[in-house]
Amino acid sequence: MSQENAIEARELVRRYGDVLAVDRVSFEVPRGEVFGFLGPNGAGKTTTVRMLTGVIAPTGGGAVVDGHDVVAEPVASRQRLGIVPEQANVYVDLTVWQNLMLMAELYGVGRARRRERGGELLELFGLADRRGRKARSLSKGLRQRLMICMAMVSDPSVLFLDEPTTGLDVASARLIRDLIASENRERGTTVFLTTHNIQEADDVCARIAIINGGRIAAIDTPEALRDSVEASRSVEVTFAGGGSDAPDFSQIETVEEVKRLARGVRLHTRRPGRVAQDVACIARDSGVLIETLVTREPSLEDVFVHITGAESPKEGGSDG
Amino acid sequence: MGESHVAAAAWRRELHGVYVIAKKNAMLYYFRPPVLIHGMLLPVFFFLVFVVARQATAETAIPGILAMTLCFTASAVGPMVTPWERRNKTYERLISSPISQFSIILGDVVAGACFGLILVAGGVALGLGLTEVRLARPAMLAGGLVLSAVCFGSLGVLLSAPPTNNPSQIMMLGNLVRMPLIFISGVLMPLSEMPGWSRALAPFSPLSYCADLVRAAFGAEPYFPLWIDAVALAAFTSLFLLVARSFHRWARAKAL
Repeated sequence: MSQENAIEARELVRRYGDVLAVDRVSFEVPRGEVFGFLGPNGAGKTTTVRMLTGVIAPTGGGAVVDGHDVVAEPVASRQRLGIVPEQANVYVDLTVWQNLMLMAELYGVGRARRRERGGELLELFGLADRRGRKARSLSKGLRQRLMICMAMVSDPSVLFLDEPTTGLDVASARLIRDLIASENRERGTTVFLTTHNIQEADDVCARIAIINGGRIAAIDTPEALRDSVEASRSVEVTFAGGGSDAPDFSQIETVEEVKRLARGVRLHTRRPGRVAQDVACIARDSGVLIETLVTREPSLEDVFVHITGAESPKEGGSDG
Repeated sequence: MGESHVAAAAWRRELHGVYVIAKKNAMLYYFRPPVLIHGMLLPVFFFLVFVVARQATAETAIPGILAMTLCFTASAVGPMVTPWERRNKTYERLISSPISQFSIILGDVVAGACFGLILVAGGVALGLGLTEVRLARPAMLAGGLVLSAVCFGSLGVLLSAPPTNNPSQIMMLGNLVRMPLIFISGVLMPLSEMPGWSRALAPFSPLSYCADLVRAAFGAEPYFPLWIDAVALAAFTSLFLLVARSFHRWARAKAL
């Protein structure tokens, strides 16, 4: 494995009886990157994370995490990981502080360091005033913050976060996203973020893998993924007099499709800038007054729908 | 760093992991109602019924109640831990921490054994303080109780292996296994006074060797040679641990 990579998955396979949950998944995550793992429910995201974190063994292939083979050296490979499993929980009968210290002790963090880091994290995550309270009394959002604190208290070099913001209120989700980004920026922590929240992946991740039906469908930067769906670019124009005033834009050479809107039209094209200029010229020549003119790039959601919709999901994993 | 240093560091980490897991279990599970009911009330109830029915002497009763209490208490914590952790969604985080599955199992065993020893120590103090019974061999009692506690703790962890997230299912399974042991293990009366069929089955129960050691420590004539008691308890412990490790490994990813 290259020292530059924090995670390398090589042809990972996981079967449950006859069901193929993960099918020859390969990717590399360089150190210090926030890597998004995006896919619909049942795509194999959680199964992949469980193989990378040593919870389950791969049926085939292998992976190296933080320089250690997850099959041959399972304990060593987990030594410098921070993990927030999907649907995990804190120990509700322990206090916030006891939860944090328990996890630090499990990772062998020395007493002085775990107290110092624990205190910092509780401040950072807004839990300092609840330090002595039983975790049972925390809301779902606060419990999730505590779980991320527990994953970070050992100063991991790689953080695995499996759907960390699912089901949270907007404020908690935003706080968690901001803290993940700052942890990556300030400490260089590699983050492997599993999500089905496209906007979250777009906001936080340097690169994204889209998994569908147990297979990697695409891996690239969010920008490159958007560029790959050229047909989703468009120009939207509305008119002061409403949609009935719209001239015929189908004559513009690079327009591939024209869709009528309530107060205008949407023109699908691979060259939206050029089409916008032509639209302005045609409108002026026709004496029609343009109200708004907007060029639209494809969203990551378009990419996701394009990729996951294009491949019909085969019989896949039971998990996310 | 040499290979031996790396191996020593790994051993230290695993031992520390056993300690942390045992501490966590003590904090979380010692005072759960199922542990208290199945671990303490049931053996006391059974023994009182027996003592009243048979009007047993203190010399017969106290070693028996100590052995039975140790069996029930030390094997009461293990069956709770894994199903409870699965139910509360803390299990996956635990098994993804940097300690081996075997160390997690050993942590559960240690927690169970300590629970049993603490309660039995109280029982020994009460027995010696409130009755005429005298302890003939204190070191043998201490050694026998520790060996037995680890053995019953291992039995408890073995019982927790089925991939369920329902602790009550495991507690029922536990009683199904432990109850018959009472009747074949020389707890309610010395093995030498038991009927032939019962004596034939006694060697298959670890509780027989525990009860034999405890009776000998209180001055009674042992039924088995004492070294057989010790070796049998160690053998049962090894067997329980090995089978528990295989089952827990098999069930690791199930019921997550």
